[in-house]
Order: sequence, then C-alpha cells, then structure tokens
Amino acid sequence: MNQTQAFHRRIDAALHDDQLRRNFRSALTGIQAKRETQFPDDRQLQALREQARMVRANALVKQPELLEQLEARLTGNGIQVHWAETPQQANTIIGDILRAAGARSVVKGKSMVSEETELNHYLEQLGVEVIESDLGEFIIQLAQEPPSHIVAPAIHKNRREVAELFHRFYPDIPYTEDIDQLTQSARLILREKFAAADAGISGVNFAVAETGTLCLVENEGNGRLSTTAPRLHIAITGVEKVVEKLSDVPPLLEILTKSATGQPITTYFNMISRPRQPGELDGPEAVHLVLLDNGRSRIRVDEELLDTLRCIRCGTCINYCPVYVQLGGHAYGTVYPGPIGIALEPQRIGIDKVGTLTSACTMCGACGEVCPVKIPLPKLINRLRAEAVNEQRTTTPLLGRGSLRKPGEATIWKLWQQLYAHPRLYRLFTLAATRLRWLTPRKLGGWTRYRSAPRPAPRSLRELAIREGFGHG
Amino acid sequence: MPAPQQVYFFATCLIDLLYPAAGLAGMQLLRREGVEVIFPADQTCCGQPAFNSGYRDEALEVARAQLRCFPRDIPVVVPSGSCGGMIRQHWPELFAGQPDEPTALAVAARTYELTEFLVDVLQISLRDLGEPLKVAIHTSCSARREMGVADRIESLVSQLDKVEVMTQQRKAECCGFGGTFAVKQADVSGAMVQDKTDALRATAAQCVISQDCGCLMNIGGAFEKQGGGPQTRHVAEFLWERTAGDAP
Repeated sequence: MNQTQAFHRRIDAALHDDQLRRNFRSALTGIQAKRETQFPDDRQLQALREQARMVRANALVKQPELLEQLEARLTGNGIQVHWAETPQQANTIIGDILRAAGARSVVKGKSMVSEETELNHYLEQLGVEVIESDLGEFIIQLAQEPPSHIVAPAIHKNRREVAELFHRFYPDIPYTEDIDQLTQSARLILREKFAAADAGISGVNFAVAETGTLCLVENEGNGRLSTTAPRLHIAITGVEKVVEKLSDVPPLLEILTKSATGQPITTYFNMISRPRQPGELDGPEAVHLVLLDNGRSRIRVDEELLDTLRCIRCGTCINYCPVYVQLGGHAYGTVYPGPIGIALEPQRIGIDKVGTLTSACTMCGACGEVCPVKIPLPKLINRLRAEAVNEQRTTTPLLGRGSLRKPGEATIWKLWQQLYAHPRLYRLFTLAATRLRWLTPRKLGGWTRYRSAPRPAPRSLRELAIREGFGHG
Repeated sequence: MPAPQQVYFFATCLIDLLYPAAGLAGMQLLRREGVEVIFPADQTCCGQPAFNSGYRDEALEVARAQLRCFPRDIPVVVPSGSCGGMIRQHWPELFAGQPDEPTALAVAARTYELTEFLVDVLQISLRDLGEPLKVAIHTSCSARREMGVADRIESLVSQLDKVEVMTQQRKAECCGFGGTFAVKQADVSGAMVQDKTDALRATAAQCVISQDCGCLMNIGGAFEKQGGGPQTRHVAEFLWERTAGDAP
C-alpha cells in the first residue's frame, strides 16, 4: 500500500467515526472561542504577532551562533548539552544517561520531540518504566495511542471514553464520569510516581541563549514535578527552539498561551537554569539537554521553507483547520498533524514518505491567519505540492522531490495548459462544451458522490458579452 | 482613486463556461455606473487550478497568456475573490524572475475583486426593487483572507432594504471546495460541504449569495444532490436582479 492509499484508508476510518468527529467539533469550537476572548483588539493582536514573528525569525537567522552560546551558557551553569542528528542518536544518548545513573523509572512531562524519536518505546525496550505525567498524555498512554493534537493529545476522547479507560486500568477506583474526580484519581496515581521516579524527562518551549535558561510552559504542575522531584532531569528539544535573549520570552509566552489554550498565562511557567546547588533543598542533582536536529538543518537552508521553523507548537493552526476538524489527528499518521504537520512532516521525513499529506488542504488560509508567528502555512503547503510533482524547479535539499509526479496527472495538466494558453483552442472548446452541453457527464468521480454535476451554460460569457454590446478593447 | 472611465473585465474560466449570467450581471452593474467595460476576447484562466496543484510551469504559461489581454493602465475587475487573489497575491510569486515579471506585477497591482471595486472605487448606491427576501452570505476564503474583501459584499447587501441577512454558524469556515481538493480528497470535501449546507439550511435563508462561483458550485451542487435547499446566486447576479431597471 503506498502512502496515498494508506492516507485515504485512515481518512475513511476517521470520516466513518461519528463519535470521533463530534468530539473534535465540540472541543475545537470551545478552544476557538476561548482564544478569541484573549484577543478582543485586532490591532494589538497583529502587533503582538509581528513582535513574536520577529523574535523567532531573528533566532533562526542567528541559530548557529545562538546554539553555540546556549551550549556555553548551559555548560557554565552545570547543565550538560548533547547533540543528536537523528532520533536514534537522541534515544541512545538518553538511554546511556539513564543507564549511567542507574535510573530504572522515568516520569515524563509532555514533549512532542520525544514523539519524533519514539522515546517511550525505546526506553521500554531497555526495561525502563516510563509514565507520562501530563493528564492528556497519561490518558493516551493507557490507551496505547499516539497524540491526536500537539497541545491536547487526548482531545479525541470524550469524558465517557476517559472514564471507561480509567475503570479498565484502575478497577479499584469507583467508576465516574466526573472530570474533577477523574483528574483527582490521575493525580493520586501520579503523585506516587513522581516521588519514586529515578529520572524526569521533559520538553522545552524556549531555550534562551543569553542566559542558558530552559523555559517550560505547562498547566498541571507535572512539568515542575518531573523536572525537580527526581534526582535526574533530561530535557529534549529541537535545535530551532533557541531564542536570543531573555527579553524575547515574554512576547512569545504571551502569544503562545493566549493562542494555544485561550489563557492569558499558564498556571506554571518554569525557568530551569542549573541543577541543585549545595545547600538547596530540592531540584535534580544532574540536568541534561538533548538538542535534536532530525531534518531541521535541511529545512533551514531554504529561504522560503525556513519559515516552517518559526513554529512555537501552539497548535492554533490545527484548532482552526476545517480539514482537521473533520478527521482528527490520527488520520494524518504523522507526529505533527494539521496544517503545521502538512508543512513540516514532508520536509522532516521526506515527500516520498508523507508528501501526500499536502492534498489534505483546501488553501482556505485559516491557519495562516491565526498563526501567532505568522508562518505562511498555505504558501508553504503550496510550495511542497510543487516540489512533490516537479524536481526541476528548485535545488532545495528536500527528500523525495518529484516523487508524487504521476504521468497521467502530469499529462492532464499539460493538456490543460495547451487549452488555456491558446485562446483560439479555448474558444473552440467552449463552443463545443456549450453546444454539446447535453453530453456533459452526469457522474464526475468523487465530486458527484456529494453534489450534482455542473453543466456548461447554453452560451459562454464571451458570446453573451458580444451580444450585449460589450467591446473587446 | 477617481472613478475610471474604462475597466477590463476578467471573467474567470468558471464563469465563462458555467455561470455566464453572473459575469454578465457584473458587467452590467459596472456599465450602469457609467464605466465602459471591456471584455478582452483572448482571456481564459488565471492559472490557479494548476498553481494550487503544484504544476507551476503549466500555471505560468496560462497566466502569461492573460498578460496581453490587459495592455492599458486601467483596472482589471474580477468577479471572484479566488481568481482575484491568484492574480494579486500569487502572480508576483509565479512570475518572479521571469522576463515579463514587471507586466505581471503591474496587472496584479490594478486588479480588483468586483465587490471591492463597486464599493471602494465606484461607491455604488443601490435601490432595492425586489420582494422581501432572507439571504445568507457565504464569503469565500479567498475573498476573506487573500483579498480582505469579505465586508464589501456585506456592505452592498446592507443597502438592499428588503433583504434580511441571516447568519449561519461557523460562517468563516471553508465550504470544502478547494479546487482540485474536491476531487483529490472527495470524501473530506463531501463532509465539509455537508456541514456547510447544514449550517446554511438552518438559517432558513431563501438564497445563498457569494463572491465566488467555486463555492457556489460546491454548495449549490450539494443542495441539489441533497434534494433541495436555498437558491444559490453570485453576488453580481443577485444585485442586478434586485436592482434591475434602476437608473443610476
């Protein structure tokens, strides 16, 4: 089964799951409304977007120097820095750190980069117990599912589904569909894990080069516990998360939380600068940062595609995508779903692997309109469509360029070009199509599964314009 | 900008073949305002279908064939947010580095979506001669986000005193057309247009109007397949029908 067939199979499954679609529609409608209450003044929103865009764009331009500075500052602060080009390298580094520390159990804060490396799976193979401490991640870990959304990983599940899951895995806890009680149960389960875990693993939202500070945005306190209660903390993130200065953080943080969850600020904002110092009562004895490239350098060299890396992983493009709301995240089959996934994943993994994702976009532009760092997502997706069917036009180092070119389709577009680039031929075509309109097919593939077939008018506008006395100029 | 004496009318391929009444109404509205409307005989298509499918070389050749249709420095009026957006926003990208880039940029800069031109340039005033009617306005994504002219159709319809505008849920959400998207992702597109037609039907509007025939082909075609629903009309045709016979 090729990638396109596999994608359509997942789409078919999603479209036939009415409960799933109701869950997504209801959840996303709520998130959109919450976001909109945070931005009552469009001019202020646009100013903040521009400020955030500039911070991220500046960081990407200076990325090599900033990463060097980040490493020097972190090292100076006592945080050990590791570089990984591939997911395998990142996993090996983390596995080695855990082994050297004799760590057998891990509590994890939420990290999409660890999803890129399939870290949980790797650690479990090493015999390390891994428990996700973010409530949404905890739920999908029980369900053995990947996240369906980058900020709200269990968004595809409603409260009844979560209640049933808890009841299945923790039969001693009385069955309830009450969200507060479910949360309380998870809290009790996780408290013990935090206290007993040998190591904590987390992601990073912003890594500040100037000060060597790792910033972590969260709501549940699980991030703070994961990074402070165990004796060892390992953070993993993508190389693009570096920003230049501490003063770059406030605008990013503000637009991140307002956009992502409709909150003026999250409940917790952690700034991690060093391991536990002599005389301090808590905090890990050792802190490590793993910086993963995983295709990002390939994206960075292209002036246009570079914009993809501005992303601060707020998920707002996903929340507003009219295709995502119909399908949910699992249909995409990649770590990152929705518009940012369509733009990022073919670049990260290869067009020959997941380039067909670019077909799941109407170019409606809703994503680009809400993106807090103004990533021109439709433009990027359009560019990738071009790279997918033509490897001659650019020399960008993307993998699998031209791999989705199909001879039949290419021929149709060539014929289309001949017809529409030659007015005389086009006139002949419209003449035939209008005069022979009764021959118009009544079935047009997928189009007429949901709609009637369009039919040419009896006379083209060109003919009507002449009849009504409009000049040709 | 003072009202120009002449404009070019770029009909779009969809209107030329499938919805000529919409194009003709647009030209008549302009003519009634005292503007001479020129319909370049050699016009075909802006190139958008190929451009959005990744076939940029093919799109470029078709777009290039349009350039000679608009030689004089007068506005190009397009009865579509989508095709207008292609010319204004994407031609500069498509023609970048080409020998005819300056010509393409010049045409892009004087291209207007029809309602934008009627409101901003002609400051048209309309007198409603029709019967009381409930309508829903579907603003196309390209009119809304690429051209930023979603409010122009609203302001034109607000001049019609016997027309009541009903507001559908999730008005800003895409109808699921997306050009070749409707063919390549037919089932997703079908799900999207189902949601859109449900929302429109729930308003009890008798007529759905839009600046884009692509959306109307999708929405109207779905209504028909579903066994009926509100009428669908391009805004130009709707305005002309409501105000016909009204001397300027």
